[in-house]
Amino acid sequence: MLYREAGQFKTSYAADQQLLPIRQDRVALIVLLAIAYLAVPVVANDYWFNAILIPFLVFALAALGLNILTGYAGQLSLGSAAFMAVGAVAAYNFELRVPGMPLLASFALAGLCAAAVGVLFGLPSLRIKGFYLAVATLAAQFFIPWLLVKVGWFSNYSSSGVITAQPMQIVGYVFEQPVEKYLLVLTVVALMALAAKNMVRSAVGRSWMAVRDMDVAAAVIGIPIMRTKLVAFAVSSFYCGVAGALYAYAYVGTVQPEDLNLDMSFRILFMIIIGGIGSILGSFLGAAFITLLPIFLESALHAITQQFGLDLVPGMTSMVQLLVFGGLIIFFLIVEPNGLARLWQITKEKLRLWPFPH
Amino acid sequence: MKNTRLTIIGLLLAAALLAPATHAQQAGTQFIGITGYRVGPYGANGAAFFSGFIDYLHLVNERDGGVNGVKLSWEECETEYNNTKGVECYERLKTRSATGPTAIHPMSTGITYALIDKTAADRIPLISFGYGRTDSVDGRVFPWLFPLVSNYWDAATAIVKFIADREGGEARLARKKIVLLYHDSAYGKEPHPVLEAEAKKLRFELKMIPVPHPGNEQQAQWLQIRQFRPDWVIVWGWGVMTATSLSTAQKMGFPRDRMVGNWWAGSEIDTEAAGGAAAGYYAASLNLAGRDFPVVRDVQKHVLDKGKSQTPAKTVGSVLWNRGLAAAMMTVEAVRTAQAKLGKKPMTGAQVRWGIENLDIDAKRLNQLGFGGMVPPLEVSCTDHGGSGLVRFQQWDGRQWKAASEWVSGDRALVRRMVEDSAAKYAAEKGIRPGCLAAP
Amino acid sequence: MTFFLEVLIGGLLSGVMYSLVALGFVLIYKASGVFNFAQGAMVFIAALAYVTLAERFGLPFWAAFALALAVMVLIGILTERIVLRPLVNQPQISLFMATIGLAFFLEGIAQMVQLWAFNDLSPRPLTLGIQDQPIEWLMNEFDILVSSFDLLAAAVAGVLVAALAVFFNRTRIGRALRAVADDHQAALSVGIPLKTIWGIVWSVAGFVALVAGLLWGARSGVQFALTLVALKALPVLILGGFESIAGAIVGGLIIGAAEKLAEVYLGPFVGGGIEGWFAYVLALLFLLVRPEGLFGERHIDRV
Repeated sequence: MLYREAGQFKTSYAADQQLLPIRQDRVALIVLLAIAYLAVPVVANDYWFNAILIPFLVFALAALGLNILTGYAGQLSLGSAAFMAVGAVAAYNFELRVPGMPLLASFALAGLCAAAVGVLFGLPSLRIKGFYLAVATLAAQFFIPWLLVKVGWFSNYSSSGVITAQPMQIVGYVFEQPVEKYLLVLTVVALMALAAKNMVRSAVGRSWMAVRDMDVAAAVIGIPIMRTKLVAFAVSSFYCGVAGALYAYAYVGTVQPEDLNLDMSFRILFMIIIGGIGSILGSFLGAAFITLLPIFLESALHAITQQFGLDLVPGMTSMVQLLVFGGLIIFFLIVEPNGLARLWQITKEKLRLWPFPH
Repeated sequence: MKNTRLTIIGLLLAAALLAPATHAQQAGTQFIGITGYRVGPYGANGAAFFSGFIDYLHLVNERDGGVNGVKLSWEECETEYNNTKGVECYERLKTRSATGPTAIHPMSTGITYALIDKTAADRIPLISFGYGRTDSVDGRVFPWLFPLVSNYWDAATAIVKFIADREGGEARLARKKIVLLYHDSAYGKEPHPVLEAEAKKLRFELKMIPVPHPGNEQQAQWLQIRQFRPDWVIVWGWGVMTATSLSTAQKMGFPRDRMVGNWWAGSEIDTEAAGGAAAGYYAASLNLAGRDFPVVRDVQKHVLDKGKSQTPAKTVGSVLWNRGLAAAMMTVEAVRTAQAKLGKKPMTGAQVRWGIENLDIDAKRLNQLGFGGMVPPLEVSCTDHGGSGLVRFQQWDGRQWKAASEWVSGDRALVRRMVEDSAAKYAAEKGIRPGCLAAP
Repeated sequence: MTFFLEVLIGGLLSGVMYSLVALGFVLIYKASGVFNFAQGAMVFIAALAYVTLAERFGLPFWAAFALALAVMVLIGILTERIVLRPLVNQPQISLFMATIGLAFFLEGIAQMVQLWAFNDLSPRPLTLGIQDQPIEWLMNEFDILVSSFDLLAAAVAGVLVAALAVFFNRTRIGRALRAVADDHQAALSVGIPLKTIWGIVWSVAGFVALVAGLLWGARSGVQFALTLVALKALPVLILGGFESIAGAIVGGLIIGAAEKLAEVYLGPFVGGGIEGWFAYVLALLFLLVRPEGLFGERHIDRV
């Protein structure tokens, strides 16, 4: 009843092709953004900002990057965290070495550095695919953090190899409080998500999907395979690189390159599997799910053990978490390969008919 | 079918969003937030340490009724030795009590680095007990960070001194060959500058060989060692790496009693996993192992025998468990010191910080606390956030760790000079004006 | 020169240890086209099952071995039923991701078992009655250091490969396995029970995981880090090809030797610790030349 597009007529191509053709979707997005910008800063506390919202946004951006590569262009990568590391270290060095470098410019350049590295490690994709490629991206995952640690210049010769991000300053204003960091991250992520949404429906996005669905066929109809795949690697790594810079500056505050390890790459992969492969919305849903699940499990286990008067075996939550993560991945792959985003879509279709059954 | 599935997932999500993220702590207690870890590649080490830490807190409550009548309460949050999880745990524990989490012991160099700025902003002390950022000994630059008792540079110089003693004096070290076999991480890289300085000063030949994480494969490293034919090998290992070093040394025919580990490479967990290969191996230690200390007997009587704790019997009296006791003791004593000045009530982070900075646990007090001989005395000041820098060497006799030296210190002057240089560089980079904080 | 030989021999022998893990991957891939990322977790769980039975319950070697094998067979059959069967005909990449999920699941279970059995997660020593010590005769005569344990591992790998070869080429089930590997549809249509075959393959992979787990566990203790040996096996597979048992062995030897030689001769110039990625980069470069691996089958894509 509420969600029905009947009566919304499109009178121009522009109207028909706009990003969200249904009015209710537009309203929903505006409401969502209004909540994110106006309501959340008022109600959330430090814990929500530092431990949930900022990581959620940072990982959503990384997941978005991986989704572009894996979901849209069909190239499985297990090296997302390594590209994040490139972005983090690059942003640090731009800020450190170029006097008066604007922060956002550093982030953008960090993204470009990550994109360049991404293209380099994307080159094998021209000859190999599937899990041969997945294993090849592991080379990036192991090599890049090693290099970032071994070459002292990257960490400004810090004795431990750990870099500490400089304060975030934009035209004289220092983003220091959690809420300020949150708003900055939110803005960057929202703009980049909008860009991604536009990109995937452009010619580039359509050629990605053609390559994903059948690369030989795509080549036959004249899509330049090499360029398409490399652009996918570049764009994806750009997103991961910016996510890495945000990770360093807004979230953790320090970067130990070996911290952005294979586990992190897997987490990002899980986000898109659970959220929805090949869906912008899915990246956000998956990131929210993976960020919130451990916290939820922790409180649930606490509640259960307290209910029965048991002592929670220390570390048990983490093991249960492994079980649940693993189980959920298998569950989603079997039951709903398109993830939470698909469930959302089904809900929307149901809503169109509601309250009438047919 | 599809509907039920939807409902289940919907409910799960809703529950995830709505689940209460807080468990309120009892008001009027001194709440201690514990960022611990018991799973993952380093879980065994964490479990021993944090069991000791918590057992001591139990002891204070059970035997003494708290600190000056203020009961202790605590919550442990699993970090898995992972920096992002560590940040999450820290933020969570911060919300648990009006007075904050007292003091944070991350037991991880990485998490320590990640929390330096955050704890300073939140006015919560961060104690890195034998790990972390060495130059934070200079409390004028790092007012909220306390690398208590001894740090990696102290350890490295003490190990060099120990080797020199075995060789018959520092002069005899010239042209000797020493290998540093280190875990290829921030932790493993900490001792590099000081060892290089020592090698230059004492003219021994130093070769540093990294072992990639996790370190359960060291054939290539030991082949290099065999080619270099060193007189001594310093093992800067962590987790499975140490045990593998010992068993690979056996395989390569390198004598174990020419190997010296640091205090994270010198626990029962390391040596027992290596089986017979570990006998003879030395390790610098912050604390002695063993059950023959009054405090351990008290924990046995008041905590373990009463079933208050799940610590396995085997862990009691082990190197890391005893270290956990000592870390908890120092935290509790800091609260006590702060209370002496500010009144018998739960202390906030800033008050505890003052307490740590004014800690003075001398030999007499250690005996009163039942720690006599297990740990060295500790005196903290604004300029020196570390402590005595004393370490004691232990040797694994095949079944247990036995003390193999008295409490010794390394080249304190050299370490202090390097600490001040490094801290000054950090202060300049971050725009910090060094200085002491006033009492709260 | 002696030193070079020593590094080479050491490398080849540690390559054998990689091959043992890689074999498990190859078996499953050959028969079901699944790239089983959970092989590392299986190695861990197998070793843990053995240690639990042998140490906690004091069973003798053969009893513990047999029971641990039963556990692995059970896991194999359950995996086939619960994870793989519903995913038949899905893209291979989905199956791959499902096995990553499986790996996490098994790691969770394994740690729970360890905590339950031993009360803590410290590495459990595992003794096979053979010391990891240099053979004195070789040491005295040629000054070459070869560990008797490594030779045992090599011998075990040799026996295992021989047994697998006989199994694949000489038995009925083995022939059925190869038929399934060539073409699922065709195999089904000539009456080969696909599901049974997959159950068997996962069980055999469980057996290989157990052998690998025992040897790796004896060397560095049974602990969580054992799951990471799978990462050592991946470049071996790329080099050797996913479908070839011989490839797993030859690939393992090449990777093992190249890795050690690189670490010893190249490592010191670039700061060391290159073992972690060298095998991957080597495999990656190799892929550019020969995308299907040394012994892999060339695939031709059709629209």
